[in-house]
Amino acid sequence: MDISTLVYIAQIGGAVCFVLGLHLMNSPATARNGNLLSAGGMVVAVLATLVSLVVRPGGMDAAAWVIIVVGFAIGGGLGLYTARNVQMTEMPQLVSLFNAVGGGAAALVAIEDFIRLTGAAGAPVSTTIFVVLDVAIGAVTFTGSLIASGKLMGLISGKPIIFPGSRILTVVLAVVTVAGTALLVLGAAGTVTLDATVSLLVLGVILASALVFGVTMVLPIGGADMPVVISLLNAFTGTAVAMAGFVLDNPVLIISGALVGASGGILTKLMADAMNRSIVNIMIGGFGGGEGTTAVGPGGPGGSVRSIGADDVAIQLVYASNVIVVPGYGLAVAQAQHAVRELAELLEAKGVHVSYAIHPVAGRMPGHMNVLLAEANVPYPQLREMDEINPEFDRCDVALVIGANDVTNPAARRPGNPVSGMPILNVDHAKSIIVIKRSMGRGYAGIDNELYVNPKTGMLFADAKAGLADLVAAVKAL
Amino acid sequence: MNDLLFPLTIFVLAILVGFEAIAKVPATLHTPLMSGANSIHGIILVGGLIIAAEARDPLGYVLAFVAIAFGAMNVVGGYVVTDRMLQMFKRKPAAAKAKGKS
Repeated sequence: MDISTLVYIAQIGGAVCFVLGLHLMNSPATARNGNLLSAGGMVVAVLATLVSLVVRPGGMDAAAWVIIVVGFAIGGGLGLYTARNVQMTEMPQLVSLFNAVGGGAAALVAIEDFIRLTGAAGAPVSTTIFVVLDVAIGAVTFTGSLIASGKLMGLISGKPIIFPGSRILTVVLAVVTVAGTALLVLGAAGTVTLDATVSLLVLGVILASALVFGVTMVLPIGGADMPVVISLLNAFTGTAVAMAGFVLDNPVLIISGALVGASGGILTKLMADAMNRSIVNIMIGGFGGGEGTTAVGPGGPGGSVRSIGADDVAIQLVYASNVIVVPGYGLAVAQAQHAVRELAELLEAKGVHVSYAIHPVAGRMPGHMNVLLAEANVPYPQLREMDEINPEFDRCDVALVIGANDVTNPAARRPGNPVSGMPILNVDHAKSIIVIKRSMGRGYAGIDNELYVNPKTGMLFADAKAGLADLVAAVKAL
Repeated sequence: MNDLLFPLTIFVLAILVGFEAIAKVPATLHTPLMSGANSIHGIILVGGLIIAAEARDPLGYVLAFVAIAFGAMNVVGGYVVTDRMLQMFKRKPAAAKAKGKS
């Protein structure tokens, strides 16, 4: 068996590790091993490729080695540093950033290959198609993911941004990309005569319009939908990588890319389902911030808000027998997950039964809140999923809502508003409701929360961390 | 065109595998799973290595360099951040149980 066969087998082995690793990540018990298996497959596939490049006739020149070593050191170092140091609350935007560079790399690989081929005999039709697809999808992912990341970081407004003519611009960019693709393919087929310079110029136009398309595609989408968008762009990158595999005729790229494209697509659908949103609606845009979002339903706000102090809340909590904590994004940004655990432990010590109601999209992404509370050592059995805990709100003495907004809005049960149909936590069924929130500000859906004017609700106006610290002190003093 | 049939077969079968591999994942694991899939497409690093080996002019070198740096960031960062997330689901069982029972 010659070495190239061995390398091929090693690469297939890497791909098998990806599939098995991804499958193991279906269950919390095996997820970590699944990720490690997948990482092991990655090491094998990359090393096997290096070996094949070194042993092939001609080997690798010094310049290539320098590029590989320095490039890997810089990129890998940056990735390692940011991944190690990122706050868990900021993790979604980091994943989006990693996705952006992955898409960018896929586009660059195709561009380099195309330049080399047009410099020589010209690219054949099939290669041209895959190059253009790779460049277009990779470029859209690159800028789209950067914008998504910027929205989550707050560098760009989380509100949908729509400027005059933005829809038309998006359509024009799509048309230009498709037209450019058609021109290049016809050129490769010999129907149209394109010299090398013109071909490269057309590819440049496709690249530029795809880059701008990525921006105009994500800008009009509200921040609440970003997790779904990031997941969708993740699937795009997978597809771009598979296209790069066709361009380079490399099976491990095709397998891994297709794997991520398909699983990413399924995951996007699962996420959208959890938020009761359709992917098409999200991409067409407009959750919050659009027209009519300030309208309130009948029986909605207009009622008065009851403000309540930490001492009163502490008394209610200590004399309750059943407390359900509803953590939301406000808890995450305030880094208050440790404070909430401290409060819960104090209450448990006083014989109060405490559990946590985790909405599927609590935090910034599905499952994000579980990660944050797990980080704070909240016992896993206390975390209850929405369907499981919703009936228990009827028997709950106090529901403590910390920084959650839209996922508790009873308006979701009525049609005709931006949160309509979204599954919510039945917080309003609790005997008493305490909301810790900085202000009466609106959530991502951009509408008022009817829960806040419910006569059963007391508002503790504070930053989640400061409010919880006050509560802990007040409970201790009792 | 026949050269294309083999890669196309692989592509289609891999898509079907991708659909099956994560069909029944709980919402809790959506974020880690997305991050895990995100690291897998860092395999584009392999593409970067191939074009680096074949590049012969300054432009090619620059493109290969950026592609490798991007790919490496995707791979290394992706796996590390996914592992950090998953680590939290697997905590000191003794301490967690003691707190759960008290």
